[in-house]
Amino acid sequence: MITTEPVITVKNMVKKFGNFVANDNLNFEVYKGEIFGFIGANGAGKTTAIRILCGLSTPTSGEMKVGGFDIYRQTEKIKQNIGYMSQKFSLYEDLTINENIRFYGGIYGMKIADRKVRTEKMLERLELTEYRNRKIGDLPLGWKQKLAFSIAILHNPKIVFLDEPTGGVDPITRRQFWNLIYEAVEQGITVFVTTHYMDEAEYCDRVSIMAEGRIVALDTPERLKKQYSANNMDEVFLKIAR
Amino acid sequence: MIEVKDLHKQYGDIVALDKVSLTVGRGELFGLIGPDGAGKTSLMRILMSLLLPDGGTATMNELDVVKDYKEVRLITGYMPGRFSLYPDLTVEENLKFFATVFGTTIQENYYLIKDIYQQIEPFKNRRAGKLSGGMKQKLALSCALIHKPEILILDEPTTGVDAVSRKEFWEMLKRLKSMGITILVSTPYMDEASMCDRIALIQQGRLMSVATPHEMIESFPEDLWAVHTRKIYETSKHLEKLSSTLSVNSFGQVLHLVTSKGVHSAESIQKYLLEKGELEITIEPSSATIEDVFILLMNHHKHLK
Repeated sequence: MITTEPVITVKNMVKKFGNFVANDNLNFEVYKGEIFGFIGANGAGKTTAIRILCGLSTPTSGEMKVGGFDIYRQTEKIKQNIGYMSQKFSLYEDLTINENIRFYGGIYGMKIADRKVRTEKMLERLELTEYRNRKIGDLPLGWKQKLAFSIAILHNPKIVFLDEPTGGVDPITRRQFWNLIYEAVEQGITVFVTTHYMDEAEYCDRVSIMAEGRIVALDTPERLKKQYSANNMDEVFLKIAR
Repeated sequence: MIEVKDLHKQYGDIVALDKVSLTVGRGELFGLIGPDGAGKTSLMRILMSLLLPDGGTATMNELDVVKDYKEVRLITGYMPGRFSLYPDLTVEENLKFFATVFGTTIQENYYLIKDIYQQIEPFKNRRAGKLSGGMKQKLALSCALIHKPEILILDEPTTGVDAVSRKEFWEMLKRLKSMGITILVSTPYMDEASMCDRIALIQQGRLMSVATPHEMIESFPEDLWAVHTRKIYETSKHLEKLSSTLSVNSFGQVLHLVTSKGVHSAESIQKYLLEKGELEITIEPSSATIEDVFILLMNHHKHLK
């Protein structure tokens, strides 16, 4: 359910590295329960912005709130209330599925009984119950990515940040992954996602497009396509970024 | 040209390449398309003599990749999937290093890399490790080309690269092809297939299909419908239950419905959805994309197992 209640508020966000301006005065809101797509060319400043919103990096200036918490003073609170996964970092390869779940559950301070109930439900949903003692390193990439996402939302965070979650995944698994995203949204989790697949940009409720440190467009895919007289988001992106 | 016959590679119980046979013609731009773990890198590493096959043979311009590996390395340029230039050397030092190793100079073959290298030349005194992703990619391609190879092997050069830079990279490959270089390139992005002369779809160590992108799309054996709806999720649930439905997948805001050949018409599907209470829907026959072909073949192979 999309609301107009902001769960992320970003006002005049600036991040500089020396003379280089990575984020040049960003302003946007992400609403509770929406899938917010964060698109842009390599080096446009997406990762910098995500790191700040996750409480891993301090902005140079601006006012930002994530899940109601202040980005300067309450980074620990923010970390407890978000989930994160990326293509590059997800789970510990040398640990089993079970061990990874216990590890993440512990980090997020989940109650043991709660963790157990949620774990059973999740493994059943992914049809992985019988593989729970397998090492992550032995699993196919598609399983790993679906599992990593499910573990990232096991503690029922307010927001989950997904940084190119489907890179290199086969086309069937890629769509199964998006079904998991929709299910998370049904549970009331807000999804903040980056991708290089432009068809996936169409699955977002709203999409922001970054170029050279700025947000150059932000709207629903439908309105963006109309505005740029494009047939699909790929054309929109090419028109804006080229 | 590249000739691969019954190539087999296994890591413990895992079969990385399952009797793969393939011919890439001289001067062809050939795409190896499949997800991570399909066997693309294993195949390329065997061709580059960085990995020994467990069975089968492969030749590059008539040279055997096992017996004649020294000669093979002289006539091929290789860009591995992971950035593997020297991060502590500058852009120019890296290029000079590769030229020297192959007994040539930057000047001698500059014409080959000019278009690409000019874009990073302003940063020639920067350490390679400090370059952005796109610039690293251009430097790696320059280094793979500086000895004027006859064959170029590129392992996922566009992975993680944005849509605009990806298009530019393919334009560079087309220019190299026009200079007579044979190119074998792998990618997980299905939409890049149309840039190749011919493609192979690879999944779990097997080539599912080899053809030109056009042939692959034309020979799609079933009926494919583009369904426009406001309620993607609900409509797809209904369509999955339609008789003779083979698959329903979302492609952006459109659903692709695949049904057995000759069973349905747009009207009969429309009627079915009307009965389910879906009113605002348009259905039209549509041609397949490479991703549709890939999904169909993947499902087909699953059923065979």
